[in-house]
Amino acid sequence: MFDRRLIQCFDWGLLLLTLLLLGVGLIALCSAVFSAKLDMTAANTTLIMKQLIAIGIGMLFMIFLLFIDYRNLDRWAYFIYFVTVLMLIWVLYYGHFVAGSRRWLVFGMLRFQPSEIAKLSVIIILSHYYSRTITDQGLSFKDLLIPLILTVLPCMFILKQPDLGTAGLIFLNASAMTWFVKVKKRTLIAIATILVICLPLGWFMLKDYQQARIKSFLDPNRDPLGSGYHVIQSKIAIGSGRMLGKGFLQGTQNDLAFLPEQHTDFIFSVLAEEWGFVGSMTVIILYFLLIMWTLYVANVSRDIFGKLLAVGICAMIFWQMSINIGMVMGLMPVVGVTLPFISYGGSSIVTTLIGIGILLNISMRRFMFD
Amino acid sequence: MSNNYIKTIDNDYYRQRLSNLLIIIFLAFAILVTRLFYLQIIEGDNYYTKSENNCIRLQRIPPERGLIYDRQGVLLVDNRPSFDIEIVPKDARPYKAVLPDLSKYLNISKKELISKLKKARGSAVYRPIILKRDVSRDVLAKIEVNRYDLPGVQVRVTPRRHYVHRTAVHLIGYLSEINSSELKKKGLKDYRQGDYIGKYGIEKTLEKYLRGKQGGRQVEVDVNGRILKVNVTKKSTPGHNVYLTIDADLQKKAELLLEGKNGAIAAMDPNTGMILAFVSKPDYDPNIFVDGMTHDQWNKLVNDYQKPLHNKVLQGEYPPGSVYKIVTTIAGLEEKLITLNEKIQCFGSYRLGNRSYRCWKKYGHGWMNIEDAIAQSCDVFFYQLGLQLGVDRLAKYAKACGLGNKTGIALELERPGLIPTSKWKLLQTGEEWQKGETLSIAIGQGFNLVTPIQMLCLIAAVANNGIMYKPQVIKCIQTVGGQHLYDAQPKAMGILPASKKTLRILKKGLWEVVNKVRGTAYWHARDKSIEISGKTGTAQVISLKKQEEKEYEDKTRYEDHAWFVAYAPSVESKIAVAVLVEHGGHGSSAAAPIAKEIIKAYLGREK
Repeated sequence: MFDRRLIQCFDWGLLLLTLLLLGVGLIALCSAVFSAKLDMTAANTTLIMKQLIAIGIGMLFMIFLLFIDYRNLDRWAYFIYFVTVLMLIWVLYYGHFVAGSRRWLVFGMLRFQPSEIAKLSVIIILSHYYSRTITDQGLSFKDLLIPLILTVLPCMFILKQPDLGTAGLIFLNASAMTWFVKVKKRTLIAIATILVICLPLGWFMLKDYQQARIKSFLDPNRDPLGSGYHVIQSKIAIGSGRMLGKGFLQGTQNDLAFLPEQHTDFIFSVLAEEWGFVGSMTVIILYFLLIMWTLYVANVSRDIFGKLLAVGICAMIFWQMSINIGMVMGLMPVVGVTLPFISYGGSSIVTTLIGIGILLNISMRRFMFD
Repeated sequence: MSNNYIKTIDNDYYRQRLSNLLIIIFLAFAILVTRLFYLQIIEGDNYYTKSENNCIRLQRIPPERGLIYDRQGVLLVDNRPSFDIEIVPKDARPYKAVLPDLSKYLNISKKELISKLKKARGSAVYRPIILKRDVSRDVLAKIEVNRYDLPGVQVRVTPRRHYVHRTAVHLIGYLSEINSSELKKKGLKDYRQGDYIGKYGIEKTLEKYLRGKQGGRQVEVDVNGRILKVNVTKKSTPGHNVYLTIDADLQKKAELLLEGKNGAIAAMDPNTGMILAFVSKPDYDPNIFVDGMTHDQWNKLVNDYQKPLHNKVLQGEYPPGSVYKIVTTIAGLEEKLITLNEKIQCFGSYRLGNRSYRCWKKYGHGWMNIEDAIAQSCDVFFYQLGLQLGVDRLAKYAKACGLGNKTGIALELERPGLIPTSKWKLLQTGEEWQKGETLSIAIGQGFNLVTPIQMLCLIAAVANNGIMYKPQVIKCIQTVGGQHLYDAQPKAMGILPASKKTLRILKKGLWEVVNKVRGTAYWHARDKSIEISGKTGTAQVISLKKQEEKEYEDKTRYEDHAWFVAYAPSVESKIAVAVLVEHGGHGSSAAAPIAKEIIKAYLGREK
């Protein structure tokens, strides 16, 4: 039975924000791959075609999700989680090698990163778990054990790939959700103490080359010819945009060709160079509105599973956005996190749109409990 | 459904939790906006000027390639500085005005300069394009003096490979500029257009070790591309040094002995498998590959019928000639078809069916046992032994002796040679094996093909009483700091299919070859102070019959190949040698003296 109220309650605002951000992304992608002086070469046009296809697929997933009550996700949480973990193990053995890590699963024409799906799976399983254990007393140490295992398990497989960025994001998402659920003060202090003691200890347990890897991960100046150089060029690009920007396709930093990052992780710098402070602020405000909107969805949802799901997806978008933009402006280490909606890359786009689909779903079924 | 809707906690509680999250979100956005404001508004003009000419650039610092030494640390391959003239197209404004001057200074036509620039058009406009490498001091001076009229032109000093002596060229190999198909290879991501890469020999096999790691620096340049300031420098890491197993003096001696001839010499320590000398002649100057050569030069190298690029030690496949009698001897003794006491009479020819097969000695050797037969290389004796063995049994022993297979030396393009069997012939030609062919095979003529390195491994295994060591050319690899990354250990590939008794008889025969008056190499290889054992061989290029029928205009091209394999001292041997002289004539006269000289040089010095 299809309820008419489902359409009445459809969240047009959220959809509009999503479409706006996707549009901004396409414009930025054009800037990144075409330069005003160069002809449109076939290779560059395929990048845009691929991105359009990814958006199309993401939209299909999004629409498909609207027809399934999100509470089914609650029921299938363990199944989804289990399948994800299997895929993560599978990718370690049969995955496609790209730039030194095994991240991709390939099925004929289709290729995707299971680690992207893992982001959503962990959010779903934690929503499932916390919706049953939540109390206004806050969670104790014992209550946190199972969510910790549920989070760490996929993270370990992802670290094996190795993909430090995604593993870190999953952990951040989980922390945000846990924070929302509330943890007992005593437990919080205990965790903080343990971390303070364990971090230095763990540091000395690491082998030299592992330490070196983490150091260069945290400090771009250690790699002045790689990520350090990217950050400097990115800062120049952003800064040179000044108030109004250089105009569409007029950016010059692109010529330096710090490919391939300029259309994936560093896309924001291209955008800021051509559209200036005004344009960049517009994009940041769009993100801000979107995040506020997801929190609104969490607020109006009447069941705790929906609330947690919305908070999780909110965290996912928020962390990626702030880490990515922080990174291109030289506030954070270069960690290879994409900018949701805008960065080039199918897996990232599809995952984000699935997230939005779930949010729309929660939002339009908010009346169900009346 | 509604049981999931938890009413124990009211909605206000969640609202309060959500507002907790808001604090973090607001804070994060505030930081981002502040930073954006700082970069674009406060520092905006500053960054704008920096972006104008993309003043911050990366320059690569090429690493010093690892050096190559002989076993005792004698330098064989070095690097020297080279002054390269480059242009950054984006900085060369106005572009067209610079070209006439440049063309004059560099002595390159304007057309060629433009084509060079066009070729690089696809890549980034800030990447320097090499116009001319390794310019002379005069050119350098002209460029330096006129620097300010040549915007975008830079001089870069890079280490350049230098093959100090023209020695062991086929072993060491050479470097050359990377080509576009290599650039696309996955493993070579670190390479760029214009980089050098090992193309042949050790330079190629050990590319990974020799190359070192690229360094680079981040620089600030002015409008004309001249460096104002170096921000950060990351030093390049020099490549690792390689010590070869060859002995530079022995190598040079061997090269001198083969000078003006075509052929190959390889020498080995029979107790370890380490190669002591590795010569293929004629050779070429490896430096021309580094400098880049003209079409004519290249065509001349490739079309030379003496094949200077060919590594004859590994790639030359020749009939083994009488050297193969070593294998026939082992097979005959092991299969108990003959004993030391049995004697066979040689009348100078052997009749099979209605054909007569000649011995190399027209009037025959008379009665002889197997030791005499080896010493005098009697064909008739081995015809009969071969006939009893049959081609397939003989092939089994030949394969067990390492023939017909690559030795697995750490160099590319090695050929496996060929050990024919009756099945092989049927597959190849569709014809049955003829008994007469077995006779040819037994004395090493016919379809048999072996490489000099295989012969060396065989004779070395005989010398050390049966252990077949893998031939090795790399002694060790060391970092610049002296840390050993690799040390060669002797690797046994197998053992000869011969009992101690068989080997004793064989070695006695090989000793007689050199040390008995009737031995085939007595007059050419005997030395009073060093006891040498060996075996001569003469590989027919065309059958003797044909040679008589026709008169050839260029006789030398149809001369037989001369073989000599040897080891010394005869007991507790320290060196094994294989010599092949293409079209040299008889093994005894053409090849044996060379082997003797090499052995004398090596053992004489050790004393």
